[in-house]
Order: sequence, then C-alpha cells, then structure tokens
Amino acid sequence: MEQGIPNLVAFAETMEALAAKDKNILAVTSDSRGSGKLVNFGKLYPKQIVEVGIAEQNLVGMSAGLASTGKKVFAVSPSCFLTARSLEQIKNDVCYSDNPVNLIGISAGVSYGALGSTHHSLHDIAVLRAINNIHIIVPADNFETREAIQLAAQVDKPVFIRFGKRPMYHLHNSNTKFELGKGITLKNGNDLAFIATGETVYHAYKASEQLEKEGIKCTVVSMHSIKPFDEQLLLEVADRCQSMITVEEHCINGGLGELCASILMQYGKKLAFKIVGIPDEYTVTGSQVDIFNHYGISEEGLYKVGKTLVEENISV
Amino acid sequence: MLTIELEKKSVAYRKKILYYIKKANAGHTGGSLSCIDILNVLYNNVLNVNPENINSPDRDRYVQSKGHSVEALYVVLADKGFFPVSDLETLCQYKSHYVGHPTRKVNGIEQNTGGLGHGLAISAGMAMSAKMDNKDYRVFTLLGDGELAEGSNWEAAMLISHYKLDNLTAIIDRNTLQITDRTSNVLSNEPLAEKFAAFGWAVKEVDGHDFAVLSTILNKGAFEKGKPNLVIANTTKGKGISYMEDVLKWHHGVPSDEQYELALKELAEKELLLEIK
Ligand SMILES: Cc1ncc(C[n+]2csc(CCOP(=O)(O)OP(=O)(O)O)c2C)c(N)n1
Ligand SMILES: [Mg+2]
Repeated sequence: MEQGIPNLVAFAETMEALAAKDKNILAVTSDSRGSGKLVNFGKLYPKQIVEVGIAEQNLVGMSAGLASTGKKVFAVSPSCFLTARSLEQIKNDVCYSDNPVNLIGISAGVSYGALGSTHHSLHDIAVLRAINNIHIIVPADNFETREAIQLAAQVDKPVFIRFGKRPMYHLHNSNTKFELGKGITLKNGNDLAFIATGETVYHAYKASEQLEKEGIKCTVVSMHSIKPFDEQLLLEVADRCQSMITVEEHCINGGLGELCASILMQYGKKLAFKIVGIPDEYTVTGSQVDIFNHYGISEEGLYKVGKTLVEENISV
Repeated sequence: MLTIELEKKSVAYRKKILYYIKKANAGHTGGSLSCIDILNVLYNNVLNVNPENINSPDRDRYVQSKGHSVEALYVVLADKGFFPVSDLETLCQYKSHYVGHPTRKVNGIEQNTGGLGHGLAISAGMAMSAKMDNKDYRVFTLLGDGELAEGSNWEAAMLISHYKLDNLTAIIDRNTLQITDRTSNVLSNEPLAEKFAAFGWAVKEVDGHDFAVLSTILNKGAFEKGKPNLVIANTTKGKGISYMEDVLKWHHGVPSDEQYELALKELAEKELLLEIK
C-alpha cells in the first residue's frame, strides 16, 4: 500500500480547487486556519475565508446565517470544540433550521494524542447521530476525503466530515466509486468481516493480511458514511461472514459498533460480534499511536481479536 | 520573596520549560514563556497554597484557563514541591499524568483545562462558595488575550460582577498574539480595560514581567470593595529568548538542537548578569 498525504491536506487542496471554480465557497475558521492547512487557501482566495476568532459557537451560528443566503460554507475547527461547544448551534441553527453548513471536524478522534481529553473527540459521531438532518462522513483515505468534500459542496444539506492529521495510506484504486450512504468493500472473504471507519480502516486492512496468512478469509469495509448508513451492505456481509468486528476511533458508546449491532439485532442476524473502539473510561494518555495500541485499534490488536473471535466461534 | 530571587527563579523556570518541551518534542512554548513571570509571582509571593495545605478548604485557588501553557505550571508546581521534578521527564509519554494540558491527576492542579473559555466561570463558582461560607480564600485565574473571543468569558464576567465577587482576580496574559495572527487582526478585543470596566470590574493594567509591580498588585486584595479584579498583564510572547520574542510561530514551536543551545546560552548570560547584580 502506498502512503499518501494527511487527509487534512487532501481536504485543504480540495477546498482550493473548489474555491477556484465557485466564488460562493467559503471557509470559516476559529483561529484554526493553520491547523486546517488553510493558510494557502487564505492567500489564494482572501475574500473566501472568514476568521471569527476563538469562538466556536459564533463560528457555527454565523455559518448558518451565511448558508441561509446561499453561500457554500465550510466551518473548519478541531472536531472536539466544533461538536461539543457548538452543539446547540449545530442542532438548532444548522440541522433544525436546515441551513446547509458543512462542518469540518479536523484532528478528530484522538489525533491530538498527548494534548489530552479536552482535545479528543470521542463523542462527535454519537451526538450528531442523535440529531436529525445531518449527513455524517468519516473518510478513511485521501480519495474518500476529496470525494466527501466535493460531495459536501454539492448537497444542499448539513454535512459533518471528520478526519485526522496523520498521513494516510491509499486504500482505493481508480475504479472505486464513492457514494453517500454506501460503504466501500475492500475485500470479500467469508470468515471474518471488519466493518471499520476513518483512519482505523487501514489498521483493519493490515490485520486482515495477517489473518489471511493463517487461512482466515476476511472482508474489509470502509464505512465512511455513518449517516445515511449502508444497512444493505451490512446485512449482506452479515449473511455471508461468520464473525464481525467493528472498528472506530470513537467511544464505543453510540458509535459505529452500536449502530451495526442495533441493525443486526433488529434483522435477527446472529453472528460472533465484537466492537473495537475507545471504551467509556478515563482515556489512557499518550500519542495517537499509543492510544490506538493500548485499545487494540492496531494491526496487532485487531489481528488478535480477529483470531480469537474466529477460533471461539469454531469451537462453539 | 525578593525581586532578585524571583528574577533568578524565572530564568531557571524558563530553562526547564524549554528542556521539557524539547524533550517531549511538543508544547506551547510562546505562551508558557509569556506567563511564567506571573506564575512565579503567584506561587512564590501570593497564593496561600502549598503541598501541605493543598487539600485544605481554606487554600487559595488558581485556575489556569489558558491551559495550553501547562509547561509553565508544571515547572512552578515541581519547584514548590507538589511532585518530584523528575516526574516531568515523562511529559506527554504513554500513561504519564503529565499531558499537554492541566489535569487534576497532577498534584497541585485544581481543575482540568485546555478548552479555552472555561476558567473564568469555574473560578466564579469557587469565589461564590467562599462568600457563601464566609471564607477568605482568594481565587485567581489566568486567561489568554485570544481566549477572550469565547463568549463564555463575557457571560462569566457579567455573573462575577453581578454577585460582587471581589475575592476573584482574573489576569489576562496580554501578549497580543494567538495562533493565526496578532489578536487585533484576528478579532480585536480592544478597548479591553474599558470593556471590563463597563462590565463592572476594577481594572489595572501592568507590565506582566515586572515582579515588584505584580507582587504588589496581586497581594493588594480587592482593588475596590464589591468589584471583581482584572489585571491586564502586558507581556511578550516567547519572553526571554530573543528569537522567540513576539514571533507568531513560537506559539507551539519546538526549538531545533541549535536553537535550543542558543536559548540556553541566552539564559546563562541572563543568569550571570543576575549573579553580579
Ligand atoms: C475552545 C478552544 N478552541 C480552540 C483551542 C485551540 N487553541 C489553543 S491555544 C489557542 C490560541 C490561544 O491564544 P491566546 O489565548 O492569546 O493564548 P496565548 O497567546 O497566551 O498562548 C487556540 C486557538 C482551544 N484550546 N480551545
Ligand atoms: Mg495571546
């Protein structure tokens, strides 16, 4: 697999391309121009960037107003602040009032590592899942990020996109299609399925390679679209795989795993099932890599869980 | 503590701040250097708080609202004996309690901060409780000037003057810079003194690197009875290291090996000057 650039940079490049073609594209930032890699965007299109200062509630509120007049607004701020501090603005001014703001949660999950829990966003998917009228997209690689940003510029609905700042590996080839509400299947084995989202897809893919060496055939899906969700794909995978592991850089409460479980349960699917994510506890401290390794969101960790799950399932 | 002793301490603190930031390869350098003289005065000359009384309900409280300058706080707390300074070797490492923002897992730290715009409201609660219980502890909080854009500060500012919490002192580390640019270009908060005065605060503007002035003013008690106290401390971001002073990129810049050596050299020269003073 080839290494790409950080999704953050892929986002910023896409913004530049969009702004070149459409004067209505606006980036709105809260002292987050540098963290959002938008310094160059600001130089190229100084009239298409608005700075509001360190004021995330204002960021979202005024973005809603801008969007109501037909501007294509991308409100860009660290996901931790954007989705916690501004939650009421998101709920009322963006979603309920149906102002099509694109909320860009940068350095999401535990990307900020040792800066600690104030800077982690392990709640963002859960809280926004509980709010009506917003698409939630968690891209895994540069391709998915670019597609998600382009899609956001087109749809006339609120969109939330969250990603991290580490360089990502390319997961897709040139034939891959990206669609809202459709997961992307990276491989199709029938023993064990990894349903993963965001930066964790890569780790699931690496783990699947290890498992396959031991004869365990794997499915790997990048579930970039959390809302709307690809129920059909999930059910289809559940029908042909014996075991399933969901993986997310998010609290296990209210995230991808619980979403899958609730769908599988309601459709009466029975299979060995495991949710891997950040547990509901005082998050271990350290870098993003440390935190991933600690909670098994890593090639090694997922390999182990996968092997155990498949072996237990056979012995039953 | 005498001014000369405080001056010497600040040089030692600056060395340590840079050492730990260099070691962790991360940290908020500029803002730690702009507020270290204020923390120095607070912990060595003002606050009635030490490792012995840290659990006493009567202790003074300090809440660092601009939590990102945690390196300054760590270095001072270690010096005051709240924990062994060697603990800081683990800064930002796996399972270390010493993360990039203040947490209560570290002895001496009152509140978890890091999201900007929280400290003033928390301090209001602490100060109000003192009034309820007729206690005479004081509450101090340190804010960044960029941080003032958060609306929560102004909600708290209204609340605090409404309840006449004159046992609370907010200090603004007015280094005139934030991440993106100068605060006046990002979102101007001027005229700052007049704004707080209009919100019912007693305001004093001082040189945030003048130990004598800071010691006097912070030990004064209420500037005006019945009004909360605001100290606008004019500071220089990156203070003490020539090439960092007032330079935007040092907000969270980590010095290279060469830059680090140069910084140590400058601090050694300063130390020498103070020896012969
Ligand atoms: C709610 C929130 N938004 C954004 C940030 C990211 N952030 C950390 S420091 C900083 C700039 C702070 O500038 P200022 O208050 O002037 O502090 P100083 O210059 O003293 O470092 C920003 C935007 C944050 N920590 N919290
Ligand atoms: Mg500042």
